[in-house]
Amino acid sequence: MRDVYILGVGSTKFGELWDSSLRELASEAGLKAIMDAGVYAEDVDALYGANTSGGQFVDQEQIAALIADYSGITELNIPSIRIEAGSASGGAALMQAYLAVKSGQYDTVVVGGVEKMTDVPSEVATEIIGGSLDAEWETFFGATECSIAAMIARRHEFEGSAKRSNYAVFPVIAHKHASMNDTSHFRNVIKIEDVINASTVSDPLTVFDNAPISDGASALVISADHKKISNAAHPIRIKSSSAANDFLSLHDRSKIDTFKAVRKSTSSALKAANLEIGKIDGIEIHDSYSIASLIQIEELFGKDAKKMTEGDDFYYNSSNPLNVSGGLKAHGNPLGTSGLYQAVEATIQLRGKAGQRQIKDPRNYLIHNMGGLGTTSVSTVIGVD
Amino acid sequence: MSEVPRFWRESRHRYRLVGTRCPKCDTLYFPPRVICPSCRRESVGKMVEEEMSGEGEIFSFTVVHDGLEQFKMQIPYIMAIIKMKEGPLVTGQVVDCSPEEIKIGTKVTATLRRVRAEGKEGIIQYGYKFTVTP
Repeated sequence: MRDVYILGVGSTKFGELWDSSLRELASEAGLKAIMDAGVYAEDVDALYGANTSGGQFVDQEQIAALIADYSGITELNIPSIRIEAGSASGGAALMQAYLAVKSGQYDTVVVGGVEKMTDVPSEVATEIIGGSLDAEWETFFGATECSIAAMIARRHEFEGSAKRSNYAVFPVIAHKHASMNDTSHFRNVIKIEDVINASTVSDPLTVFDNAPISDGASALVISADHKKISNAAHPIRIKSSSAANDFLSLHDRSKIDTFKAVRKSTSSALKAANLEIGKIDGIEIHDSYSIASLIQIEELFGKDAKKMTEGDDFYYNSSNPLNVSGGLKAHGNPLGTSGLYQAVEATIQLRGKAGQRQIKDPRNYLIHNMGGLGTTSVSTVIGVD
Repeated sequence: MSEVPRFWRESRHRYRLVGTRCPKCDTLYFPPRVICPSCRRESVGKMVEEEMSGEGEIFSFTVVHDGLEQFKMQIPYIMAIIKMKEGPLVTGQVVDCSPEEIKIGTKVTATLRRVRAEGKEGIIQYGYKFTVTP
């Protein structure tokens, strides 16, 4: 099996981008990635497009075909396939692209993610986001994704496993980091009291516990072609990528306040990369909800997790830098794009090009992208050799 | 777009809380399944339907302040996961009470209610909700 490298990355700004359509966002990110990689359309063997709910947000399916078309590469008849795994679509597409290159089927692949969420009113967006739940046995009765997250939080507090502040801290860290990233949806700094006292969405969760509704696109060029790798300015290796799944509905799991799939996909990715969590220098987790961040951290760090939330461990200049991009919470959460932006951030950090928010000499990055709340879990390890 | 068959199909299970029990490991599943996730192949064709009592207790809950369009009239409403006496966890609303009257462990009983309607002229969909057991 061959070594697979990220040769180029590109991303749009994230946010409420009224002036940009889905196709414009996707081609902007894709073009930036291939220019960054120093390759041309003729070099691309395939395109994987990640998107969660384009059919509902903008009435558009066959999104990978559209991206290829408006990126001007259709005359080359490049195979272009969309990957959907709820909000883990980006991570899943990266994994499929990685496997396709690693297997030898393709040499150089573009993997891009896009979501255009602000063309619908926010209550419609909430309903579409709920599409990752069980339509017949959760949403039918009025459950939103945030209400499911809230029930995880209340149970977790009831079990004595956490206090409000153990998870309210994550949005604070995210906003601090996003303030140093010029593609962020939000760049304001917030305090823990702001999170706790903001308006309630599903109690105990407030608007600040929720990642926002964002537009945005991100793309990567990955390759196993020796010539292209040696020509690239900053090739970064994908060391492993693993996925795991759990029951779709929270009520079908034996414990509702753990994420078994996160534990499985992460331990499998670390094992395949021949690394332990202690050797990871930077982590991007799927902070769609503050409580989801806490549960992921508990799955990654076990009994040390709670204590870590009580200190400064997770800041960019500390011992365990977490979501230095600003995370889904503050950099933005265009659903199907999230997993790919995590990989863009990891690449920028590993290149040492993250500017003000640069973490110190990173060699290995772990990114974790999640569909729903612990249903689909994709973990990828990216690093320098 | 009418969703009649989609919701009619499950109405029997939804109106009467009918799940399926795996005869091999004796676990009751709700919502009903045709394959037991523990016994898999050995359960195929053998799952037996069983109606639950409707009795249970609150396992977790939340008050929804920002919800789905179809439930706008009910905001704020209580969503809960109920641990049924027979074992399964069930997601549903708790009604006819204020949030201050419930906590994790509060005993509840299932009741048949209108759940939602497809717009002003669409069909009305019914299903279970839970009330605090007197």
